[in-house]
Amino acid sequence: MFTNFPLFPQQASAQAGQVDAIYFFMVAVTAFFSILIGGLVIFFAMRYRRRHRNEVGYAIHGSLALELLWTVIPFFIVMIMFGWGAKVFFDIYRPPTGAMEIYVVGKQWMWKVQHMDGQREINELHVPVGRPVKLIMGSEDVLHSYFIPAFRVKADVIPGRYNVLWFTASKPGVYHLFCAEYCGTKHSGMIGSVVAMEPADFQAWLAGGRADDSPVAAGEKLFQDLTCNTCHRSDTQGRGPMLAGVFGKQVELQNGSVVTADEAYIRESIVNPQAKIVAGFQPLMPTFQGLVSEEQLLQLISYVKSLSQQGAAPGSAPASPTMPQASGRPAVEKK
Amino acid sequence: MTTLNYINNGHGLASWLLTKDHKRIALLYLVSITAFFFLGGLFALMIRLELLTPAGDLMTAETYNKMFTMHGVVMVFFFLIPSIPAVLGNFLIPIMIGAKDLAFPRINLLSWYIYALGGLFTLFSALSGGVDTGWTFYTPYSTAAANSHVITAALGVFITGFSSILTGLNFIVTIHRMRAPGMTWFRLPLFVWSHYATSLIMILGTPVIAITVLLVAAERVLHMGIFDPALGGDPVLFQHMFWFYSHPAVYIMILPAMGVISEIVQAFARKNIFGYSFVAFSSLAIAIVGFFVWGHHIFVAGQSVYAGMIFSFLSFVVAIPSAIKVFNWTATIYRGSVSLDSPMLYAFGFIGLFTIGGLTGLFLAAMGLDIHVHDTYFIVAHFHYIMVGGAIMGYLGGMHYWWPKISGKLYSEGWAKLAAGMVFIGFNLTFFPQFLVGYLGMPRRYHMYPPEFQIFNVMSTAGATVLAAGYLLPMVYFTHSLFRGKPAPADPWGAKGLEWEIPSPPPTENFAISPIVTHGTHQYAPSKEVGVV
Amino acid sequence: MSEGYSDAPTVGLPGRVSIQGPGTPHDGDSHAHHPKLQHHFDDMEQQAEASTLGMWVFLVTEIMFFGGLFLAYAVYRSQYPTGFQEASAHLNVTLGAFNTAVLIFSSLTMAFAVRAAQTGEKPRSQIIWIVLTMILGATFLVVKYFEYKDKFTHHTVPGPSFVWDGQYPAAAEIFYSLYFCMTGLHALHMIIGLGIMTWLAIMAKKGTFNSTYYTPVEVSGLYWHFVDIVWIFLFPLLYLIGRHYHAG
Repeated sequence: MFTNFPLFPQQASAQAGQVDAIYFFMVAVTAFFSILIGGLVIFFAMRYRRRHRNEVGYAIHGSLALELLWTVIPFFIVMIMFGWGAKVFFDIYRPPTGAMEIYVVGKQWMWKVQHMDGQREINELHVPVGRPVKLIMGSEDVLHSYFIPAFRVKADVIPGRYNVLWFTASKPGVYHLFCAEYCGTKHSGMIGSVVAMEPADFQAWLAGGRADDSPVAAGEKLFQDLTCNTCHRSDTQGRGPMLAGVFGKQVELQNGSVVTADEAYIRESIVNPQAKIVAGFQPLMPTFQGLVSEEQLLQLISYVKSLSQQGAAPGSAPASPTMPQASGRPAVEKK
Repeated sequence: MTTLNYINNGHGLASWLLTKDHKRIALLYLVSITAFFFLGGLFALMIRLELLTPAGDLMTAETYNKMFTMHGVVMVFFFLIPSIPAVLGNFLIPIMIGAKDLAFPRINLLSWYIYALGGLFTLFSALSGGVDTGWTFYTPYSTAAANSHVITAALGVFITGFSSILTGLNFIVTIHRMRAPGMTWFRLPLFVWSHYATSLIMILGTPVIAITVLLVAAERVLHMGIFDPALGGDPVLFQHMFWFYSHPAVYIMILPAMGVISEIVQAFARKNIFGYSFVAFSSLAIAIVGFFVWGHHIFVAGQSVYAGMIFSFLSFVVAIPSAIKVFNWTATIYRGSVSLDSPMLYAFGFIGLFTIGGLTGLFLAAMGLDIHVHDTYFIVAHFHYIMVGGAIMGYLGGMHYWWPKISGKLYSEGWAKLAAGMVFIGFNLTFFPQFLVGYLGMPRRYHMYPPEFQIFNVMSTAGATVLAAGYLLPMVYFTHSLFRGKPAPADPWGAKGLEWEIPSPPPTENFAISPIVTHGTHQYAPSKEVGVV
Repeated sequence: MSEGYSDAPTVGLPGRVSIQGPGTPHDGDSHAHHPKLQHHFDDMEQQAEASTLGMWVFLVTEIMFFGGLFLAYAVYRSQYPTGFQEASAHLNVTLGAFNTAVLIFSSLTMAFAVRAAQTGEKPRSQIIWIVLTMILGATFLVVKYFEYKDKFTHHTVPGPSFVWDGQYPAAAEIFYSLYFCMTGLHALHMIIGLGIMTWLAIMAKKGTFNSTYYTPVEVSGLYWHFVDIVWIFLFPLLYLIGRHYHAG
């Protein structure tokens, strides 16, 4: 509309329209009630203005009927807003299965992106149009937040855990990327671009990257360099659990509880192995906290994922939506 | 031949700094919170000047980060939270209930000294280099990464919290135990009801922020790991603990202002409030439900979706009592005898701006929409509509309404109307564009921004200068009235309430003889009363 | 610009709130009241009720203050149950139980002190109970001192010098952070309590307390009982959860 005076960003994702729809409804409700109240106040002030010094108002104490009316009607209106908002939230935070996964690591003050087949980016994110994209995001230091206004999506990036964000770009173009959680000196410089491309163009762009840098390959190399394979062998003779087929499955722990082996579980097992000991194994694994970066953790995770048949998505769907967090906290604690 | 009142009853600095009189303590607070208000305003001015241009060219990023942090810390903890309760509440509550003083006058004085001590800590933090964590002190940045004066600032907030706690405690005991004979709960002025509800929040919520900022300071010194993920801690736990207080805190800021508006609307329409018990109970409802909505600050941080839904639902519910109040105030004006003196202008401004601010809060309660606007200027606009368009207008309205009682002098009504107009216009010009630029995607706490956001920032800064001028004017004409103002009669407005039945300024003991109350305030009609519209 | 208000009424408007009637006469005339009655109260009963309510409200704020730490404890214990058990097993249960008994007994002596004041016993009797409470409180703090000293010696103080040779070092550090914060805050409240009791003893010696005025003793008693109750929660949560912990 007004190019020099824009009122809202472009709608460049499938969800953007949904979010804008709630926005317009709420703008309408706000405008209606503001004008109603403002108008009434001004009208009453003029109509009933004091005409002589000793004049007083008419003694009215109240009206139960009116009170109920202006309690119940607003309650219904806000319940509509609640339901609508919740529904859109569910849609935005539940990635569909089969979404294309991309890893994002935020660190003061840049965004590092790792595509599954090797392409890496700094402060940019190339995505194809028309295909669901799922970002798995971690932080190397403090809180950050990944915000793409044109897509109407945002999720905080929290050290020590993974958050997930998904979207389907609907229009090719270059869009703003902002860090939206204050993170220190160059917070306002932690920005970039999201580049949405037609699928053919995107494939061409991907092919420009080096294929042998894929996170799975890098993860496999790390797995050997860090001698993980001496305990986590491909047979059952190792001092550590076998990792083939583990990702996405339920794991029974020493204390009887059961967890899902998702990204957060694998990450925790590397940096804080004592937190969850698999049933039947000794707490022997040393911690790698400080010895691997967040990016390397994601590479190890993608390698472990690749040892399950599917690799791209967790084998079992989570029992309840836990987005945006995907922590491995036990679902049940048996004493 | 001057009669003895609380101002001339005892001279010398010691008689003021060691006073037990709630009215003198209110003036001590008035001086200190006004000083902090202008300090916080100075920080705001620096922010708005920097944001005139997209580039970060006026100051370094570090300095800018300290500016918005100090603006928030000073305005929230040292102005908005204390303002109306510590100045107007302290002055008026004993008088409005027919008592000679608060229940614990020495604790009242102690509250002011604690506030001053906390203020000194924070000033020290500001003057020795500032703190740059944001007023929200989010971890792990505040505990592990920031290299600014976090500990002194956190301790300043910790100490000042006790001022708030003791004030709330004093008000609760006073309202329960010191009411004059015949002053039943349902004859209390709505100003007292709203301060009672505020005091509940003060005593229940403030201790939680106290322990939270104490843990931040301890973690910084001792490297304990409570909030540090590298040591097994949980940064989001901090957010839960912080917002458990800081959300109800916004109701500490607005409920007293609502109480002021209830009094002003009745006085300047010369009509008792429409729906007294609904307004009274709405104050309590806001205080109680307000404790259960804090998670709406954490929708995008990864709490479970189902927890989010509960918080979203309750955030919508808590809006309803506020809406009830707005409708009741509007209905009070209907068939009143309306005078547009400056306090009433502030009240009208409050009603309009609080309505907009409150309704934009609903945008944020809707989870799906909050994702987009969270941490953008939309949020900044929303809370400034409530806190500035709401709470500060309530504070100014109250100061104008009760100034003759407090000072014994009349101020210039013409200048006051001008100031009210400037504040209203300046405010809207400053903050309405921020809704737009926030929805466009401009994040908050940004030192520099993409050029397409500039037009909104320029409008906002222009508005801020008008607003600043509007705030400076009362300093001038209030001060002028102290020296040159006409003496005020006991009841310059023709209003109803115990405070208008004693001299302006009041004597130290408020009432020569304890009043016996036979009916509630703001009864203007001489003959028969009507029950239904 | 005109000053003064055009709407100030020329005649008194009907509907005044109050009728000035007989109430408490102004105290400037005579001091025919209890010496401890503060002038803004109508009578001793109102003063006593206000003081007691004030102390109860204060204790509610204390519950919220400690509550934040209990919340952090609950969150981390649910996250690291075994680690917390292991860390707790290293605390000295005997000393903790002894301290618990000492505090409970001190609440008893405090209750007797309140009773002594309430029934107007001789000042000497009141002072004995207060001093006994103080001795018990000091005993608690001395034991705490030795416990803390032991932690420093064995490097179980969180921070850069923390050393843990059990299986769950991260959980242990968080446990001990909470241990020091919670018991430290509690000990601080006890020290303040000892100060309050010193002041009470001084006032008691002057013969201040009797059946018409004993509120300070009563509200101090409330405070002391609260401090005791906090410990009764701290003891099992910190000391007893590791009783059945076995390594491996």
